[in-house]
Amino acid sequence: MSAARAVLLRDLRLAWRSPLASLTVLAFFAMAAILFPFAVGPEPQLLARIATGVVWTMALLASLLSFERLFQLDHEDGSIDLLLLSPASLEAIVLAKCLAHWLTTGLPLILAAPLAATILNLPPEALPALLLALALGTPSLSLVGAVGAALVLGARRGGVLLPLLVMPLYVPVLVFGVAAVEADMAGLDARPHLLLLGAFLSGAVPVAAIGASAALRQAGE
Amino acid sequence: MTAAVEWLAATALGCARGGRLVFRGLDFELGAGEALALRGPNGSGKSSLLRLLAGLLPPAEGAVRWNGEDVAAAREAHRARIGWLGMQDALKPALGLAENLRFAASLRGAGPDAARRGLDAMGLGALAGVPARQLSQGQRRRAAIARVIAEDARLWLLDEPTLALDDDAAGRLGEALAAHLARGGLAVVATHVDLPVRLAGTIDFAGRP
Repeated sequence: MSAARAVLLRDLRLAWRSPLASLTVLAFFAMAAILFPFAVGPEPQLLARIATGVVWTMALLASLLSFERLFQLDHEDGSIDLLLLSPASLEAIVLAKCLAHWLTTGLPLILAAPLAATILNLPPEALPALLLALALGTPSLSLVGAVGAALVLGARRGGVLLPLLVMPLYVPVLVFGVAAVEADMAGLDARPHLLLLGAFLSGAVPVAAIGASAALRQAGE
Repeated sequence: MTAAVEWLAATALGCARGGRLVFRGLDFELGAGEALALRGPNGSGKSSLLRLLAGLLPPAEGAVRWNGEDVAAAREAHRARIGWLGMQDALKPALGLAENLRFAASLRGAGPDAARRGLDAMGLGALAGVPARQLSQGQRRRAAIARVIAEDARLWLLDEPTLALDDDAAGRLGEALAAHLARGGLAVVATHVDLPVRLAGTIDFAGRP
């Protein structure tokens, strides 16, 4: 476990020293939330109606911006070989990288979501459901994205390929993430949708660990 | 052969990259305290052989053996033996040299004082806190060698270690390599220059396969 912890701490430290990547994700998210009222008009009812979908879609798109760097930088400077040659389990190392990715992109998105929700006139009582859904959904985005990022490693124009690869897998997170908030706003129980998000997340952990590790080994050949 | 005496062997080793055969029928044996040099033109398979020996690349035919046992059968144990220096320095530009080395050491379960030892051996003690991005290419290469020294592995696999090194650094590399061999370590080195250590043999890739 100490190897996985070292990777987590290193990636957090790197993100802290060069925060541009995390800030880009946040800035994209905030700009999109600000642009929408200009695009569709400032009627409060209309905005409240689309707020949940907009926040979720923008969170998905914003997170896509960050995946190309997840393994690419390690690949370019050769440190991927050190990860591959560590006696510790590569699966644990991959999960540590996913956790670091979520802490530096997913978590900031969740923290920025109340602001975006306010700009988009989401009813304040729906905010807890939105934050809970994002908290369960965004880790899945990091895990699924990690598999995609590992698969396109070493491919030319991998950055173009990556969204095509992971977007379809984002759909369940998007559907249940939005459904949880809409159910809550309609006075229904958001629990089933949140549980499905949780189930998707628990499935994504082993799939990402095994899938991304296999892809990294392949890229290391 | 007792367990304390370690040896590395390649038997009828063949390597393919992208469906193209790079070399085949490679045999050698390397005992404790011995070094092997790899020579040959660009693209002749020196780096590929190092990746094969590290277990990063599966052999197209034949096997790599450690104490007679196929390394593909015990990957984790084999990875723990390897001190790797690739063509790239594997340093994070934003991290200080000591931070870089401490990270590499903790990946392999080594203590933090190992980093200090490696930096001192390569004459980088005064630069321990400087981010790698502020260093010259030669200094970064020194740091990468210091990392290998800090990792304290049994089998050093070095790909062109003297790249961008000055005479002082090349001398320090030679001393570190000699000390490693004197402790009973093994080394396989792809190089274009003569190493200041006694070699058990040289594999010349010119004219293969």
